[in-house]
Amino acid sequence: MRLRYPDTIRIVRVPCTGKVDIVHILRSFEKGADGVYVVGCMEGDCRYNRGNLRARKRVAEARRILDLVGIGGERVQMFNLSSAEGPRFAQIALEMTEKIRALGPNPIKEKKNKMAA
Amino acid sequence: MNPMRTTRTDSKLEKILAAGHLAVTSECGPPRGSDAELIKKKADLIKNHVDAINITDNQTSVTRLCSLASCIHLKLMGLEPVLQMVVRDRNRIALQSDILGAASFDIRNMLCLSGDHQKFGDCPQGQNVFDLDSMQLLQTVRQMRDQGKFLGGDEIKRPPRIFAGAAANPFADPFDIRVRRLAKKVAAGAEFIQTQCIYNLDRFEEWMKQVRDRGLHEKVYILAGLTPFKSAGMAKYMKNKVPGMDVPDEVVKRMAGVPKDKQAEEGLKICIESIQRLKEVEGVRGFHIMAIEWEEKVPEIVEKGGLYPRPDPAAL
Amino acid sequence: MIVADRKPIEEIIEYIKDANKVLIVGCNECVTVCEAGGKKEVGVLASALRMYFMNQGKDIKIDEVTLERQCDHEYLEEIRNIIDQYQAVVSLACGVGVQFMSEKYFQTPVFPGVNTCFMGVTEERGVWSERCQGCGQCILATTGGICPVSRCAKRLFNGPCGGSSKGMCEIGGEVPCAWQIIIDRLTALGRLDDYEKLAPIKDWSKERAGGPRKVVREDVRQ
Ligand code: SF4
Ligand code: SF4
Repeated sequence: MRLRYPDTIRIVRVPCTGKVDIVHILRSFEKGADGVYVVGCMEGDCRYNRGNLRARKRVAEARRILDLVGIGGERVQMFNLSSAEGPRFAQIALEMTEKIRALGPNPIKEKKNKMAA
Repeated sequence: MNPMRTTRTDSKLEKILAAGHLAVTSECGPPRGSDAELIKKKADLIKNHVDAINITDNQTSVTRLCSLASCIHLKLMGLEPVLQMVVRDRNRIALQSDILGAASFDIRNMLCLSGDHQKFGDCPQGQNVFDLDSMQLLQTVRQMRDQGKFLGGDEIKRPPRIFAGAAANPFADPFDIRVRRLAKKVAAGAEFIQTQCIYNLDRFEEWMKQVRDRGLHEKVYILAGLTPFKSAGMAKYMKNKVPGMDVPDEVVKRMAGVPKDKQAEEGLKICIESIQRLKEVEGVRGFHIMAIEWEEKVPEIVEKGGLYPRPDPAAL
Repeated sequence: MIVADRKPIEEIIEYIKDANKVLIVGCNECVTVCEAGGKKEVGVLASALRMYFMNQGKDIKIDEVTLERQCDHEYLEEIRNIIDQYQAVVSLACGVGVQFMSEKYFQTPVFPGVNTCFMGVTEERGVWSERCQGCGQCILATTGGICPVSRCAKRLFNGPCGGSSKGMCEIGGEVPCAWQIIIDRLTALGRLDDYEKLAPIKDWSKERAGGPRKVVREDVRQ
């Protein structure tokens, strides 16, 4: 099955969402990402037991920090789905893309360009 | 000679206890302001029915007029105060200094306490001191009195002649050490004990039995603490919200079982019945009646409890 | 270990907002273990600060480094060659590290990036609790190995107070009553009779009360 998802999305593969650290999320924004979402397995189905639960907490912390620094925490989101849910993966990609479009670009991107100029 | 029968101070309370009478004490909380009339008025209501009046020391860590000044007011009225002192707010310099201050007015009774944590009061951000603990404060009072020496070892001119007391809670956790803890207070120098409010009489009697088994009732005068309930709500609150308080279900039910306007009366009745029962318990040497903001009822409790008239210490 | 907690980012922003170039310095010891000031936390803080200032249109350069320790000359020396480039340093070490750095680099403003809390243990990941206040004269031998100075809210030497309830301290907030634990320990050790020994009045001169303390060991001194 080949599913289409928006080509504005860059996928970073990790063995488990438990590997995703707050600093990875923050650095993505620092480098100009407009949104980040973390897709993990269903809660309770983690191969490493608690990886996806950890990820959820880190996502929450990243949101808090992004709110604080004025980027907006709603640009980060965690999703859980099982490996059999290909269509849902594509649907999430669309949802997220629309949401970020509505929020507009990462505010620091512009300022960074201005400062560089 | 039974050591309990000799007196070591001029305390009226000690005299009455030593003569073998059941003593009666009560307590008043100082006001949250500088009007001494308030404390005098409270004392006036009960002065003919009690042998001594405790003055609380910033109870529940809420800032109030100080215990020592309040005791002085009582003393100037010709009454017998019991100075309560907590170790929360004063270091050993201040404690010893206040003991001397009290003694300079011939205040002759002191109750040594730890004090509630400041978290409960109006200054939760304040520092606490706890330089000594309550047992060490007892030791300090006794050393100052009996050896005439400061903690630092220097001699005290006109040492304080203070009858030293402590609190005991027969119901607090851990229950296994309640009697050991009393033994420790006695070893530290406690001469009288005022207990926490008693509502579970069976459990109190069990505690007293253990106290007698160790012979502690011969070494220290135990005054049973009682607080009348004003309402069923108060009974429930004490049962559920106050740590270290043991209010049996029957008592709460009994309070709740009477109509609202009769609850105060019921509360007094329970208190009086408790006195009548506890009088018979060997080793109970008196009662400490803490009628919280209900001082006017103390005379009735004392009279109906069969504790009136009070003995005249001058005649003993 | 020394347990610290992260300071609010807003507070740190306030400290450094007027600098052009800032160095965030982590420490690889205690604050790494309690996840307040190790390499990871340096990374998160630095990234957050960069984004904040960028968003404000301010060009503040924020660099990161994490030292082995900040309480030893040897490791603190590692930044000697670069320190002069910075108008401000935020140290994520405990208060000890912040001060040692301030003393060493006397011309550079050094700001604390964490709140240093206590000496304690990791009860479980994400939960740290106090065990010692460095009172200078350890009495654990008499209290069954449980410290009443740091763990009793009233630091009672002859506890418990009347507020101990079902194993919990009267201050609430799920703090266990130290004296309940002491009694349980003495019972387990068959030493409950020791409970009745009165603890002597404490010599607080060995504690904070005596003024700043120092340990000098001539046998190892150079
Ligand atoms: S007694 Fe003093 S040195 Fe020992 S653990 Fe407690 S605070 Fe630390
Ligand atoms: S409840 Fe226990 S830990 Fe808390 S102050 Fe009292 S004795 Fe100390």
